[in-house]
Amino acid sequence: MLKDITLGQYFPGDTIAHRLDPRTKLLLVIVYIVGLFNAVGWYSYAFVIAVTGMCMLVSKIRPAAAFKGLKPVIFIIVLTALLNIFYTDGTPVIEGWIITWEGIAKAVMMSVRIILLIVGTFLLTYTTSPIALTDGLELLLNPLKKIKVPVHEMSMMMSMALRFIPTLIEETDKIMSAQKARGADFETGNLMRRAKALLPILVPLFVSSFRRADELAIAMESRCYHGGEGRTRMKTLKMQGIDFAALLLGAAFLAIIFIMKRFGL
Amino acid sequence: MSDIKVSALRHVYSAGTPFEKVAIDDINIEIPHGQFVGLIGHTGSGKSTFIQHLNGLLKPSSGTVTVDGEDINADKLATKNVRSKVGLVFQYPEYQLFEETVYADIAFGPKNMGLDDAQIDERVREAAHFVGVPDEQFDKSPLELSGGQKRRVAIAGVIAMRPGVLILDEPTAGLDPAGCKQILRNICDYREKTGSTVIIVSHSMDDVACLADRLVVFNHGAIRFDGTPEEVFSQPEELRSIGLAVPAATELAMELRRLGVPVSGSIYTNKQLEDALLKLKRGAE
Amino acid sequence: MSSVIKIENLHYTYPGDEFESLKGVSLEIERGSFVAILGHNGSGKSTLAKHLNAILLPSEGSVKINGIDTCDEDSLLTIRSTVGMVFQNPDNQIVANVVEDDVAFAPENLGVPSAEIRERVDNALKAVDMYEFRLHAPHLLSGGQKQRVAIAGIIAMQPEVIVLDEPTAMLDPKGRREVIDTVTKLCREKGITIVLITHHMSECINADRVAVMSNGEIVADGTPQAVFSQVELMHSEGLAVPATTEIMWQLNKNGFALPLSALGIADCAKEIAKEIG
Repeated sequence: MLKDITLGQYFPGDTIAHRLDPRTKLLLVIVYIVGLFNAVGWYSYAFVIAVTGMCMLVSKIRPAAAFKGLKPVIFIIVLTALLNIFYTDGTPVIEGWIITWEGIAKAVMMSVRIILLIVGTFLLTYTTSPIALTDGLELLLNPLKKIKVPVHEMSMMMSMALRFIPTLIEETDKIMSAQKARGADFETGNLMRRAKALLPILVPLFVSSFRRADELAIAMESRCYHGGEGRTRMKTLKMQGIDFAALLLGAAFLAIIFIMKRFGL
Repeated sequence: MSDIKVSALRHVYSAGTPFEKVAIDDINIEIPHGQFVGLIGHTGSGKSTFIQHLNGLLKPSSGTVTVDGEDINADKLATKNVRSKVGLVFQYPEYQLFEETVYADIAFGPKNMGLDDAQIDERVREAAHFVGVPDEQFDKSPLELSGGQKRRVAIAGVIAMRPGVLILDEPTAGLDPAGCKQILRNICDYREKTGSTVIIVSHSMDDVACLADRLVVFNHGAIRFDGTPEEVFSQPEELRSIGLAVPAATELAMELRRLGVPVSGSIYTNKQLEDALLKLKRGAE
Repeated sequence: MSSVIKIENLHYTYPGDEFESLKGVSLEIERGSFVAILGHNGSGKSTLAKHLNAILLPSEGSVKINGIDTCDEDSLLTIRSTVGMVFQNPDNQIVANVVEDDVAFAPENLGVPSAEIRERVDNALKAVDMYEFRLHAPHLLSGGQKQRVAIAGIIAMQPEVIVLDEPTAMLDPKGRREVIDTVTKLCREKGITIVLITHHMSECINADRVAVMSNGEIVADGTPQAVFSQVELMHSEGLAVPATTEIMWQLNKNGFALPLSALGIADCAKEIAKEIG
């Protein structure tokens, strides 16, 4: 079922990870990604995995929930792994085979890298409410306002999109069931036929999304929304002790990765 | 003929996750062909989950559903076939319309059944007629119609498959009183003319009470009451305790009895109460 | 008593339409009262509602909120924060992923200081009995709960009037009761003026006044008792009267002489018992 997709879902909680300022977490995710892409050897990977595991422990996200988010990207992971297995030169596993030891090693590394990348970023969305996230982003990007980048509008659009993901997923489910009840078949036939079979879902989904957008705009205006000017926030973001501590740890993480890279570990 | 038989039906959502929830458990019910059933329960009582099992949209976690003695989940073909035997109209069905014209939208179901153009045409016209969609609207875009008209087109889209069983989930939700009445009248007409089984899902007792032969009340994923309207409404206290309103006529009759007015017989429609009171008044004079 | 809303000879035609949706509506709404506007689909009741906070502006005539004309662009925020609006579909008016963040939306737009927003949000959620859900995700709530969150979102604006445009159309009976009980309480205890747009007559029984709309005009206006006793008129407008009134009216056609002003079950039973003796 589509409902099982947890992409961009927030799990409310009260752990240290939840209490960190979203700006801290955004910066840490960037640090994490930079670190991940600079991990070259098995030892660095082990280190990143350990750090990821610790972050999961701290934020009390169960591994099952974290890995559930991987479902939609399994295809990409498998494809990357296959490409690496078949197109890496080196010592063949068995004489005359196309598969090489290097290929297998690279495939494993690439897959792990993608999985870590996704799990890491999911930790951010699992522990940060989308509103906090967009607030954080807005504040981080605030300097760009000076060069006329519509930062507030962009962050508002993003938070609206996030807000409506579950609603639209639910709606898609409903429409699919209704069309199935009328004998629509989404599962058999060639690619062309299947693509065509999506029409009965996409058309009603578009129609209703436009209606929603329209109603939402009126509701927002009715609640005195008039852009970012003069707007205050209930939850003002404040960097605290734990934020600086977390950023320090992030810096240490990056330093360790680069040292390991220097030694080829 | 389309006899429905449900045995030991159980459905669990999101099994194996923290969100695991037993929606319905140990449902046993037989619905013989031609019955008019009112399925009542508040939101979350499991009634919507239940009806989606009757045409194979949801697969039982355990238990079986048979239509005409055939297990509808036996194989893919059986599931495909049951879709046209058991027509399901969802809540707010107007949101499922997608074709460019009303005609094409009503024809979607019959087309999926693999019928030829002549058969499709016959069914589209017949279905449109049943729900009062005039021929002039056939070439219009469904988007141009009013809410009530759209809903009729959507219902026609299911009727066009000539299902032996027609299930409607809250067919009157969001309509004004005139619109409600008309839709219910169309459904009754359809049943009279075709002899099909009709199952109406509702949380409003008033609408359904006067129409159905049989009421099935769902609560917490189980069948709490199953019987004629007389039998079910003779237990107003129990109905209230599970958060369902009894018809106003029943409530008024109860209050009258409390005041010492000997209103006799079971009362769940306005007509019954009026007749009983007129009889009493004539007796008094 | 002073009126908070004053509508005078309001006409409105939607752009591109040939016919008028509102054909000269005049209505004054008293401060602190509970007014229900009843009408079938397409009667113009929602169009009227959208004029009360300047979402639509009159083609002719005027709408004044506390004496301020809704056409006055400089007062737009004042008007919108005075007259709050709750809509039919709860999903399409909730803007945030957490209940309390959603309730904070309006005061944030108004530039209220953070500490005061917090206070307003907590009070608003308590007023609709949703305080314990403040950290929940709105899409997991029931319809009635979502609609109460939407109402809290309006209360946080501290409006004088709340207009509810068919707030119960998509709800089950339980949700419907929750919403109606909530707005009745807000009116009686907090003195907020309530304008409830609906086609469910049963929701109007608590109102001080019912106005019936048909084809862009007001065709009946008075107390619920006075309006519902005009059974023939209500039927011809495609509207139902409360089931009890319907029963009493039928009995009267058959020789009873019952007052149609009784609305509740208990009152009706008493009248019938008296008649039978």
